[in-house]
Amino acid sequence: MDNIIEVNSLVKHYPIKAGVFQKVVGHVKSVDGVSFSIPRGKTFGLVGESGCGKTTIGRTLLRLTEPTSGEAILNGQDIFKMSKKELRAIRPKVQMIFQDPYASLDPRMPVGEIIGEAVREHKIVSKAEYRDYILKIMDDCGLRPYYVDRYPHEFSGGQRQRICIARALALNPSLIIADEPVSALDVSIQAQVINLLRDLQEKRNLSYLFISHDLSVVEYISDVVGVMYLGNLVEMASKEELFKRPMHPYSKALLSAVPIPNPDVKMNRTILKGDIPSPANPPEGCKFHTRCPECMEICKKKRPEFKDYGNNHQVACHLYEKTK
Amino acid sequence: MAELTEKQEKKAKMKEIKKTNALMYKKFNQEKKRKNIPESEYITTMRDTDNIIELDNLKTYFYTDAGTVKAVDGVSFDIPKGKTIGVVGESGCGKSVTSLSIMRLLQGPQGQIAGGKIRYNQDNRAIDLTKISNKEMQKIRGNEISMIFQEPMTSLNPIFTIGDQLSEPIELHNPEMSKEQVKNRVIELLKLVGIARAEGIIHNYPHELSGGMKQRVVIAMALSCSPRLIIADEPTTALDVTIQAQILDLLRDLKDKINASIMLITHDLGVVAEMADYVVVMYAGRVVEQGTVKEIFHDPKHPYTIGLMKSRPVLNEEIGRLYSIPGNVPNPIGMPSHCFFKNRCEKCIEKCAGDYPELISVTDTHKVSCHLYQKET
Amino acid sequence: MADIKKTNEQEQDKFEQSQVILTPGQLIAKRFFRNKLAILGLGIIIAVVLFCFIGPFFSPYGEYELFYINEKTGQEVSMYDSEGIKEEGVGVNVKAPISKDHWLGTDADGRDVFTRLMYGGRISLEFSLVVTFIELLIGVTIGGIAGYYGGKVDMIIMRIVEIFYCIPFVPFMLVVSSFMVAFGVLPQDKIYYLMIIMGFLNWAGVARMVRGQILSIREMDYMMAAEAAGIRTSRKIFKHLIPNAIPIIIVMATMDLGSFILTESTLSFLGVGLAFPYASLGNMVNAVNKSVIMRNYLNIWLPPGLMILFIVMAFNFIGDGLRDAFDPKMKR
Repeated sequence: MDNIIEVNSLVKHYPIKAGVFQKVVGHVKSVDGVSFSIPRGKTFGLVGESGCGKTTIGRTLLRLTEPTSGEAILNGQDIFKMSKKELRAIRPKVQMIFQDPYASLDPRMPVGEIIGEAVREHKIVSKAEYRDYILKIMDDCGLRPYYVDRYPHEFSGGQRQRICIARALALNPSLIIADEPVSALDVSIQAQVINLLRDLQEKRNLSYLFISHDLSVVEYISDVVGVMYLGNLVEMASKEELFKRPMHPYSKALLSAVPIPNPDVKMNRTILKGDIPSPANPPEGCKFHTRCPECMEICKKKRPEFKDYGNNHQVACHLYEKTK
Repeated sequence: MAELTEKQEKKAKMKEIKKTNALMYKKFNQEKKRKNIPESEYITTMRDTDNIIELDNLKTYFYTDAGTVKAVDGVSFDIPKGKTIGVVGESGCGKSVTSLSIMRLLQGPQGQIAGGKIRYNQDNRAIDLTKISNKEMQKIRGNEISMIFQEPMTSLNPIFTIGDQLSEPIELHNPEMSKEQVKNRVIELLKLVGIARAEGIIHNYPHELSGGMKQRVVIAMALSCSPRLIIADEPTTALDVTIQAQILDLLRDLKDKINASIMLITHDLGVVAEMADYVVVMYAGRVVEQGTVKEIFHDPKHPYTIGLMKSRPVLNEEIGRLYSIPGNVPNPIGMPSHCFFKNRCEKCIEKCAGDYPELISVTDTHKVSCHLYQKET
Repeated sequence: MADIKKTNEQEQDKFEQSQVILTPGQLIAKRFFRNKLAILGLGIIIAVVLFCFIGPFFSPYGEYELFYINEKTGQEVSMYDSEGIKEEGVGVNVKAPISKDHWLGTDADGRDVFTRLMYGGRISLEFSLVVTFIELLIGVTIGGIAGYYGGKVDMIIMRIVEIFYCIPFVPFMLVVSSFMVAFGVLPQDKIYYLMIIMGFLNWAGVARMVRGQILSIREMDYMMAAEAAGIRTSRKIFKHLIPNAIPIIIVMATMDLGSFILTESTLSFLGVGLAFPYASLGNMVNAVNKSVIMRNYLNIWLPPGLMILFIVMAFNFIGDGLRDAFDPKMKR
């Protein structure tokens, strides 16, 4: 299959330092061996609760934080092994959209400059075409041409997010990492941004890594979905598979936790007990066993393997290993 | 020349704004200073004695330097006893300001209740919360009406233990209770909100608890004096999905146990559908639609409500393209005289350019403010 | 239907286009000029600067010109009038009261107080300007390096900063002063050495502030975005980091301008700063040491004292105004 990026056993441990001499006393296992690939022109949705490491994955793929180990193959090259210079050359190919549209735009730059800065940096278009190019990108993102000279403080959250999208798009990327791009927006604006992302994908054959905690949005926009818990993927399958036939108890619980806007549906909800354990000190065995409603003896001792149970439906759970 | 007059006009306008602001601040301060307000001024009668709160044409304005922001502009709805009412809307629609008006916690001197009534049904009398003295309000606040805020992290004081924070309101409103009794009550409350090791937790500090636990403590705090109305302002927005499910489950459970009304403020339609009996949809400071939860979700009338419902993808439901309401949430200063939603409305008709539509009753409980449903007269 | 939608959109467009666009700079200026105290401060500073730098051109007297008085005729004689001072009955015109010739009288040595106020203010302003400039130059560079590179570099620089914080300022200056006397530095040059030494002593505070600011800006999403877009390091520093750190630097500099006026006064008062016969606000106030002057000759020591008060206050008003203008959220 034609994959835009292949991530293999990505690990990111943050050292916990203590004492005068900053001795390393432990590690926060933010991402603990994650592998996935994103098909060209498709969207990979990454779901999980806060602290599960989904944001860290997005940042390491851009090398905004350096990974501890693992590889990420983009166009046959490992991003993690690139030198600074090589990295800069491929930067335009992978772009990012951030969650907070208020923090992700430099308040002292006009919109045109925000979008165009990197275009000039990488000489995406010639000087003569520059202005038209920026205006075209802005138009594609639903921004009026006269916004060019305005400053970010004049825009609402939704428009700011459009500016962020335009900035990413202007570099003509093939992969966009969108880290919770709509969760800070109002409901009616969320839909606009999601639709914009979808339209752009169709038009430009973009691939997305869509990181979100909002399952209904992920279901709507993704083709393949991975569910993360405490630094590991616990389940990964095509959207249809995962949402129709979730296998991992955690995925099931996540799905049933989403409130349905229909007063007649009284859901039989699986409510998980307790809180997410600290990633600095994850439980032994299966990391989910402390909250799992179907926990068995083996779960407390042995970590389940991430296996394919047909239909490209991969799960890490002892429940299914037994039956096979 | 034209520019000059424009400048002058602007200056005059600024002056005007300043003048009205100063006037309003003065009036507000005078009202605040009054200590003994005769009963006759605030005693009213409820329209329906089954209601705990009746908002009647409530107007809450913010007198800012840029002009008057009509955050709540003539909102009327009732909160029946023992029921849950969901207030839905986007940021800046006035849903939080409505709740702060009920609690009389508006940021002075800019924010003031400019008109209307908030009738509150006490045991044997009905009073107007907009008129009573601050001292009187203090007795009601936290005791009869309590509030749950969005951020559990910021609504707990980091330097006191959970036990201290919970016992404070109990001691304050029940001076006759002994220390032992207060402690027992605290533990009872913590058990009520589903904290198993209540005896242990009272000695903990807020930072030692997780987000979900903190929100439970905040809820316990709101329940501490057996309030008659609980205002929950986005109680689950800051929480993770699985924790949100826990909290919602808890709230639903409590609803039956404590016999209080709940005013649930949220932007999440899913939460409303699960929790509420009645729904009020607000847009730009006004109620655009209200009704029972079934009426609103099965038969939404206002184009804004319809748009809101369609713009959220629903789990396990195939949809082609997501519907989206065009345009932006409007700027709250200098609103037009026509329907506020006109510029974003796809069903806009000729009449919409005219006056603001009145609230029209579709059924006894279902009301909508839209020209589309105006009966021809 | 479609028509209505279109007109709606057009209306929206028209409305948006009609709105006045303000750049962040204009917004800041607008907020600053709405602050009455800040304008008052700015007014005072402008007035003081005019007084100190333009004033001397209009003054008929020199900075250390002594005045004599012929007691017989009651005529005043300047020290430059070599004929006049040799006449009989001529003595130094000390502690002259306020008069038409001497608007604030003369001091204990017979110099014109009003004229000396101009020169004294001038040297005090120059002093604080130069010191602030030096401290900013060093502090911003070093703080910027510490903040941008972080890690070990940051660690080392911050330890150095802490060492500088530990230097007891006044005793140190006293020591420096006696060294200068020992090495035979001319009294009129002393102040320039002091400026440089002061600048070198005070960069630590600036460095710490700038480092903190840079650290927090570095973590902003827009810096991440710039990194992800592969923007050059130099551009990231000069186009993103510095413009966003400048507000706090300006505010700090304004406040420091005021505080260095005070420092200069303290030093001159202690005799460490500018020496007689040269005037500085500090050594003019020094006259108060003599109780006779303190009680009977307010015109000698009160004006420089008030001038110090006004300058420092004005700089603080401006600083506060700027801070509120840069970041309205920080207000109250």
